[in-house]
Amino acid sequence: MLGMFTRAALACVLLAGSLAAPARAEDTLDKIKQRGTIVVGVKNDYRPWGFVDPAGKIVGMEIDLAQDVATRLGVKLELIPVTGANRMEFLNQGRIDLILATMGDTPERRKVVGMIEPNYYAGATNVLAPKSAQLKQWTDLKGRKVCAVQGAYYNRRVTQLYGPELVVFPAVPEAVSALQGGNCVGFLFDDTLIVSTLSAGDPKWRDYEMPLVSEDPQAWAMGVKLDDLQAPFGMFLKKLSIDWHKAGTLVELEKKWGIKPSPFLQEMHDKYKGG
Amino acid sequence: MERIADFFRWLNDAHGVNLSIFYDAFDRSRFLEGLWTTVELSTICTALSLAIGVLGAWLQGARFGLVRQLVQAYIQFFRNTPPLVQLFFFYFAIGNELPHVLDEHGMLVPPISNVGWAILSLSLFAGAFNVEIFRAGIEAVPRAMVEAAESLGYSRLGIYWHVLLPLAFRISLPALNNNLVNLVKTTTLAYAIAVPELLYAAAQIWSEVLNVREMMNVLLVTYVALIAVLVAIMARWERALRIPGYDP
Repeated sequence: MLGMFTRAALACVLLAGSLAAPARAEDTLDKIKQRGTIVVGVKNDYRPWGFVDPAGKIVGMEIDLAQDVATRLGVKLELIPVTGANRMEFLNQGRIDLILATMGDTPERRKVVGMIEPNYYAGATNVLAPKSAQLKQWTDLKGRKVCAVQGAYYNRRVTQLYGPELVVFPAVPEAVSALQGGNCVGFLFDDTLIVSTLSAGDPKWRDYEMPLVSEDPQAWAMGVKLDDLQAPFGMFLKKLSIDWHKAGTLVELEKKWGIKPSPFLQEMHDKYKGG
Repeated sequence: MERIADFFRWLNDAHGVNLSIFYDAFDRSRFLEGLWTTVELSTICTALSLAIGVLGAWLQGARFGLVRQLVQAYIQFFRNTPPLVQLFFFYFAIGNELPHVLDEHGMLVPPISNVGWAILSLSLFAGAFNVEIFRAGIEAVPRAMVEAAESLGYSRLGIYWHVLLPLAFRISLPALNNNLVNLVKTTTLAYAIAVPELLYAAAQIWSEVLNVREMMNVLLVTYVALIAVLVAIMARWERALRIPGYDP
């Protein structure tokens, strides 16, 4: 018996070696240009930001933005689908150069990835629920099963404030399926996405609503490696983001993809247009 | 307790090794609940799969051909499909189609929860293997033993319960050991249908606190320890059941 525990302990020591942080260097912008391709991590289950169209291609507002980044750099665009749980790991491992995947800009995340300012979008939290659930306020969620998606920044806050029993799935389709199967009283999500889901006119959402007052507005940001934030790559993206706001690109894209006009984007557009 | 929390806070600040489960009460309680759910899930599924194994192996020797074929169909279905696919199938395909029942809030909900489906599906999965493991044990018991029991006037059930099973069980234990270890590891799949077990809890924590590398290590260490406990129990059991001098 002792032998087994000794061996287990040895395995742990070996594992501890993998805790050491990996070394990194070199400029990402140069690397992208040399390679001729920029690899962007995007969502493929998040209509209308990044989703798969009937032809099997990933399209959406964030894909348009990623394409613009590639075009301006004069390189080809390669998309890699990511989830809320793996995108930052993919970035720091070097599998992707840039995160453009509905990523909320939070102080904790800023310790791990470089957030490009100004932010390109801002959403807030709400729930998608069947009308029969008769939810009136956030406190109604207490002790009820609420579906959610792993890695969303609002999961923790809502759990701590209102005490629902979160049922968290790896991706959106599973969570939606669980909601429609009656496994949860609601689906905790971005309010803009709920609005665009409900307004798309799909009959399967006829008996659903967004019953609560949106909370906790959160800006979204493109993410780069921390080292790149002050490097040429980060500076390029920062300038690009200002351009998008100034030229009204984001407001137009929002309209193109049928997203409810966000006051944040209009505000930013007016601010940079003037300046 | 506060000392330990301070140490891990310092470890994070000074060295970037973020083991939040040791200093953040919310993360710790999530992790411990996950651990408890895994232990619960493993224990219940082990017990149920053993019962299925014993019952199935007995029915395999049934006189009616139909019963034998049904057992065979069950084994083939659960042994030849991936356990993750089974979980999805039960939870999303069957669960959503069953007639819904009213819960205490007056909402129509599926009659079986995700935890219920995980228990059912994992038990049936491990049970299919257990049936075959017990069958192998039964077939290894010398035919003369059964004949001796028959001549003593034992009924079919009596032979199975008092003669065949006790001997077969001892022969089956090493293989059973393997399958139960596998079952404990397979409980991680329940994560896919949001059963709050250990992997689920760890994934919640690392996707919010962003300490993937640390939590991966914690997970591995925890599973090594969990399985070590199971193997120790099984080894004790094997020793306790040993019949001195009987070596089939």
